[in-house]
Amino acid sequence: MSNFLSSGDSPQSTAGRLQYQPLPRRLLLVCLGLGALLAAAFWLGLSQGSSGDFRETWSVLSGAAAPDSVAAAIIWQIRLPRVVLAAVVGATLALGGLVFQALLRNPLAEPYILGISGGSAIGAILAMLLGMSPFPGVTFSAFGGSMLTLLLLLGLAAGRLTSNRDYLLLGGVMLNAFCGAVIMFLISLGMSSEVRHILFWLMGDLSMFTTAQLPLLLAVVPSFILIFILARPLNLLLLGRESAAALGVNVRLVTNLLLVATSFMVSVVVCHAGLIGFVGLVIPHILRLLLGVEHRLLVPASLLGGASYLILCDLLARTLPLSGELPVGIVTALIGAPLFILLLWRAGR
Amino acid sequence: MTVLAVRGLNLFYDGRQILHQVDLTVEPGEFLVIIGPNGTGKTSLLKAAAGLVKAEGEIEILGKPLSGYGRRELAQQLAVVPQQPPLDFPFTVAETVLMGRAPYLGLLELEKVRDLELARRAMEFTGIDHLAERRLDELSGGERQRVLIARAVCQEPRLILLDEPTASLDPAHQVKIMDLMEKLRRESGVTVIMVSHDLNLAAMYGRRLLLLTGGRVGADGSPAEVLTVSRLEASYGCRMVVEQGDGSGPLRVFPRPGLRG
Repeated sequence: MSNFLSSGDSPQSTAGRLQYQPLPRRLLLVCLGLGALLAAAFWLGLSQGSSGDFRETWSVLSGAAAPDSVAAAIIWQIRLPRVVLAAVVGATLALGGLVFQALLRNPLAEPYILGISGGSAIGAILAMLLGMSPFPGVTFSAFGGSMLTLLLLLGLAAGRLTSNRDYLLLGGVMLNAFCGAVIMFLISLGMSSEVRHILFWLMGDLSMFTTAQLPLLLAVVPSFILIFILARPLNLLLLGRESAAALGVNVRLVTNLLLVATSFMVSVVVCHAGLIGFVGLVIPHILRLLLGVEHRLLVPASLLGGASYLILCDLLARTLPLSGELPVGIVTALIGAPLFILLLWRAGR
Repeated sequence: MTVLAVRGLNLFYDGRQILHQVDLTVEPGEFLVIIGPNGTGKTSLLKAAAGLVKAEGEIEILGKPLSGYGRRELAQQLAVVPQQPPLDFPFTVAETVLMGRAPYLGLLELEKVRDLELARRAMEFTGIDHLAERRLDELSGGERQRVLIARAVCQEPRLILLDEPTASLDPAHQVKIMDLMEKLRRESGVTVIMVSHDLNLAAMYGRRLLLLTGGRVGADGSPAEVLTVSRLEASYGCRMVVEQGDGSGPLRVFPRPGLRG
């Protein structure tokens, strides 16, 4: 059967008339722009703090300073793991928010708000109280907790995903509240010395991280890759499950893969950095305003943007207070909540 | 080859039977309009034919059982045009139309020059090429409907299923959408199956009408065969007037007001 679309004048002669920026070019621009931002944030994060300056940092990084100097120790042993952790956590949370918003077709969805982070925190606390090792004990206990919350959430909303998306969000908010109560209950059972540590960790604390733990963060990389591969089906899922299926997407498989991958990477991050909210709401929102809804752009953009954002938030957390430092979760909430309300207000006009 | 063959289709939803033993055969190049009262299973029949809901009975697309198709393979033969696109995350017009190429692309494969060209022609065909960079939430209902049709056209299907594409459009836009489908059918031999509430549009454009009543096939044939006063009154449960406008023109159908006469 001949199709009128494939007949007529040659494709090459008229293709330019479609004013559609080719994706590879946009992808390159986005990666260059946000990559530069991340590099700048990384540099600031390494060089700023209670001591040191740009020149000292440069001499340490370039190898000019003695490797056993105090400045070198601060940068390599204290700041570097912390900045890397902030980058990985920020990237994961922003990407997690992006995926949940797309899957639930709700711009307010986020692992933290839906109780997925809370569920993994319960799992992590249980493992900590039982004295398990950070890996694999605490990590997989946290993953178990997040998957359990996720299954509960999906069970609550079973069959209602298409008819009423807000039902899922409400269910998630309630689950989150419930998880919060369970967490407080578990903490009240703990010894006083453990409790302070756990409380700080829960509020989103990046200061306990050491160089030796850095390889553990690699656990999130397979999730990143899987989500990037599934970015185009994710676009189609935004049209609704039936429209996506009618365009050739295996909706159930793609949805389940994305939910599991996202829950896993969020659990990993919760184990190392506690509960940090609003990154997954704010970063995808800003990026959608700038770039539109194409997820093949938004996935790498969220990774780079989220990483830069959390490094800068952590920098504020450790330089703003006159004495000591703030958990970074407090900074992201202080910035994120008002910004989010502003975004909502602008969208509602 | 028969485009769509449905035999003995039963469909249940929440334990309630929606479709009862529906039989339907559609040949290439037909323009079939499915009519019937609200809640009688028109949309369910459309979704069952597209493999979007599970149903008992046999469904064949282009001579092959529906269960034998993978999702992508089916999407290369059959396009579905929903009533309205969701607008929570508004894509641009060009992005939306290009999604019609999804069934032909591998996971990490990018749209090629030919895909862009097909999208451009589909937008030209439905008269929305000037809107390519606009976001869907900035468009009117009629423009959005033409975007969805362009996406279906870009999909290069043999069969297009439309669910009330003219609902909530003004008369001029209704005719525009129907003309587009008729043009597509004539120029490229695409088979068109459409659910519609508008009996007059159905009479004007449908070569063949299928009247569903209570989940069963009430009548199946030309507009003149299906649109009779007795059939319509029995199906819709209200008094109807059917008249031939100007001798040989399409039939006109009106409900008779219940409170008078």
